[in-house]
Amino acid sequence: MTGTAFPPATSAPSSAAAVAELSAGARLRRRMFGQKSFVFGVGLLLVIVAVALLAPVLAPHDPYAQNLSQRMVPPFWYAKGGWEHLLGTDNLGRDYLSRLLYGARISLLIGLSVMVISGLIGTTLGLLAGYFGGKADLIVTFLITTRLAMPVILVALAVVAMVGGSLPVVILVLGLLKWDRFAVVMRSATQQARALDYVTAAEAAGASTPRIILGEILPNVFPQLIVVATLEAASAILLEAALSFLGLGVQPPLPSWGLMISEAKTYMFFSFWLIAIPGTLLALLVLSINLAGDGLRDVVAPEGRG
Amino acid sequence: MTRPILEVANLSVDIRTAGGTLQAVRDVSFSVGRGETLCLVGESGCGKSVTSLAIMDLLPRAATRRVSRLAFDGVDLARSGKGAVNALRGNRMAMIFQEPMTALNPAYTIGDQLTEGYRRHKKAGAAEARERAVHLLEKVGIAAAGDRLGQYPHQLSGGLRQRIMIAMALMCGPDLVIADEPTTALDVTIQAQILRLLAELQRELGIALVLITHDLGVVGRIADRVAVMYAGEVVENGTAAEIFTHPRHPYTQGLMDCIPLPGRTKPGERLGVIPGVVPSLVGGIQGCPFRDRCPHARPVCAETPPVKTQGEHAWRCILEDA
Amino acid sequence: MALFIIKRLGLALLVALTVSIISFVLLRTSGDAAIAIAGEGARDIDIEAIRQAYGLDRPLAVQYLIWLGQTLGGDFGQSLYFKTDVVDLVLAKAPVTLLLGLLSLAFALLVAIPLGVLAAVFANSWIDRAALAVAVFGQAMPNFFFALLLVMLFSITFRWLPVSGSGSWLHFVMPTVALGYYAAPAFMRLVRAGMVEVLSADYVRTARAKGLPTRTVVFKHALRNAIVPVVALSAVQLGYLLGGSVVIETIFALDGLGFLAYQSITHKDFPVIQAVVVMLSVIYVLLTLLGDIANAWLDPRIRVA
Repeated sequence: MTGTAFPPATSAPSSAAAVAELSAGARLRRRMFGQKSFVFGVGLLLVIVAVALLAPVLAPHDPYAQNLSQRMVPPFWYAKGGWEHLLGTDNLGRDYLSRLLYGARISLLIGLSVMVISGLIGTTLGLLAGYFGGKADLIVTFLITTRLAMPVILVALAVVAMVGGSLPVVILVLGLLKWDRFAVVMRSATQQARALDYVTAAEAAGASTPRIILGEILPNVFPQLIVVATLEAASAILLEAALSFLGLGVQPPLPSWGLMISEAKTYMFFSFWLIAIPGTLLALLVLSINLAGDGLRDVVAPEGRG
Repeated sequence: MTRPILEVANLSVDIRTAGGTLQAVRDVSFSVGRGETLCLVGESGCGKSVTSLAIMDLLPRAATRRVSRLAFDGVDLARSGKGAVNALRGNRMAMIFQEPMTALNPAYTIGDQLTEGYRRHKKAGAAEARERAVHLLEKVGIAAAGDRLGQYPHQLSGGLRQRIMIAMALMCGPDLVIADEPTTALDVTIQAQILRLLAELQRELGIALVLITHDLGVVGRIADRVAVMYAGEVVENGTAAEIFTHPRHPYTQGLMDCIPLPGRTKPGERLGVIPGVVPSLVGGIQGCPFRDRCPHARPVCAETPPVKTQGEHAWRCILEDA
Repeated sequence: MALFIIKRLGLALLVALTVSIISFVLLRTSGDAAIAIAGEGARDIDIEAIRQAYGLDRPLAVQYLIWLGQTLGGDFGQSLYFKTDVVDLVLAKAPVTLLLGLLSLAFALLVAIPLGVLAAVFANSWIDRAALAVAVFGQAMPNFFFALLLVMLFSITFRWLPVSGSGSWLHFVMPTVALGYYAAPAFMRLVRAGMVEVLSADYVRTARAKGLPTRTVVFKHALRNAIVPVVALSAVQLGYLLGGSVVIETIFALDGLGFLAYQSITHKDFPVIQAVVVMLSVIYVLLTLLGDIANAWLDPRIRVA
């Protein structure tokens, strides 16, 4: 026995046996659903995704239709609000609820696309570095350091400003910039997986390198990949919102939540709800993704909460 | 006998684990007189360490302690406030741990760690505490004691660190020292030195010593009294002479057969083994915990065994004498 | 140790060089500098003249080498928009951003360390859960939205703080909070994780066995060991905070590097953008080096070899 005296050695087999009575799947479920925050996060995310997908059905108005006689109508809970525009209208008289619903699509699209692009780049680099080590590792580590040294927002802002802001440009720029965490995590996960017995066995059996990487290593590091992917999607959504807020992201009249906050900035002293609603939605979306990611991390590595 | 320095009555410790509640220590009672050496023996996981931590109020948070009386020099610690216990800990009662490699804080010098308790308990200044530390380091056989004070734990060997742990325990001149397997982590040659040192200091300073060990050879040499633990219970308790000459509990008898004794064990003779494994301590334990391994087991052993006594000798078994 | 530092300084140089190449190529290929200089709607002849005058018609590699040569000689060129020396411009704005970065870092640590320690000492209690909730919400809140909330609350409702500008220390309060709160959750999680581990260490038990009061055990024996990785993270986070100053300084019109970068970007002021990007990456690499050195110095096992 080392250091701490618990649990006493003799009890270890018995308590392990007691735990083992639950099947692996049941333990996984218990760990997942034992966590209210994880369920809350996934539930909220599903609602947002559903709303985004159903935006054309749910939206009461055309999100782009201007009505200058109906400008800055407040939401229904204000005295001047009405049921025609539940969440009011913006400075051009566009229905805010409809714009918010379509805005969810932009945020989710950004999160998903940036995640895929940066995930592909980062995972490839991480797998190569972790599997081959040596020179490959040295090069990838240098790339990671260089990438980390570049201030993301600044570079993204500059490039978008030069090329001209649009949804595809923002996605591409963020996707090409945000692969660092994928590479870092995948690199160390691959290093660990490589040392596993059955990977060594596959190598000894003469399996081809691509086969080992895709067939043995990738499935092994997949849980960590999923966790990084969720957190990166959330961070991409926040970055797009910041870029659009600064006017160098998605361009009008697209209803990006960050852009909506930017457009409402001038009116914030009089109509703060114009900022508060999209801001809160952004926070909720990011919160739901982060909670889901945290929950996944606890399932993947329950001892490593922190 | 005068008032004992330590009295433990009906101590139980439950530990919550993923698999259920572990009854690590059950209904343990013993007492230690002033200047006396009590050896707490038993195999790994029998609850020896947990018992010592429970006495010092150092149990991890997952553990709960129940005790009807836990008295140090007549003061019941179980009914004292945290402050009162803290004023005794490291002062009049001290502890030496199993792992000298990790028991010292890597971030501070030996001198700092030796003196901080003394300065707090004795309200002493830095110079006085330093002097005391040098004195004790010399006493535990460390050369160039003054230089050691400025060193960090990682610069010292395991044997040296354990000597420092002993010096640290003695800083405030305690009445009671609890040593939890102080030599298991050390090389065999160092083990003997450390134990001899501990026994000498105990005698010289008149300290009461609770030594936790699974090494019966050590027990035979230094114990005044012995308490044998099995599966969280004290199954036999008495003077060292009694236990070694007339072990009453079948488990103690089994243990005695496991040690080679010069003169009694013939060369080439097989040492005894106790068949079977220790029962799980998760959930309740009914009857005698040793009955599955006991050569004398009978149906009646499924019920709680009686405590038999003869003078200061007590044992938990249906047998009068085996 | 000396060899380690030299190696890392070499790496820093290499990284700075690579970043400068990447940003140079990115900026020069994604927009036409000549048009930017001439202004929108300039005649083709003028643009062509500018292209030749500024050497923009030469191959990219040559242009880069010229830029590099001038830069190494301490000449970062002229700002196209502000019409002054880039070096003067950057040096004038840098102190504000550096101050903002340090203040934000201090704010983040001031919030995160006590919360992290509390969460660890009372692990799995309501305090722990509350601290975790603060961290989770903090990480989900877009910082520009949080900044606007602060403005709404402290400038509009209570009228305690100025909305924007950089005249007095009062102008730094909201930017510091808006920038720093975002770094706090990462610190809090790190402190909590470290403390949970350290609090169950043998040497903490030794400290308790000495009869030391809880605060000595927690702050002297536990925190001292748990804080080590926080120092390294501080250096890295300071780098991020300097980058994040673009958004916050722009919102509060705080006259630092971030605001300068934003203005340069909107005016396509290549030399300034290039200088700020390269400067921030050099600072980032130096900070990580500083973090590593501090880390080694804090650990006697490395320091006292």
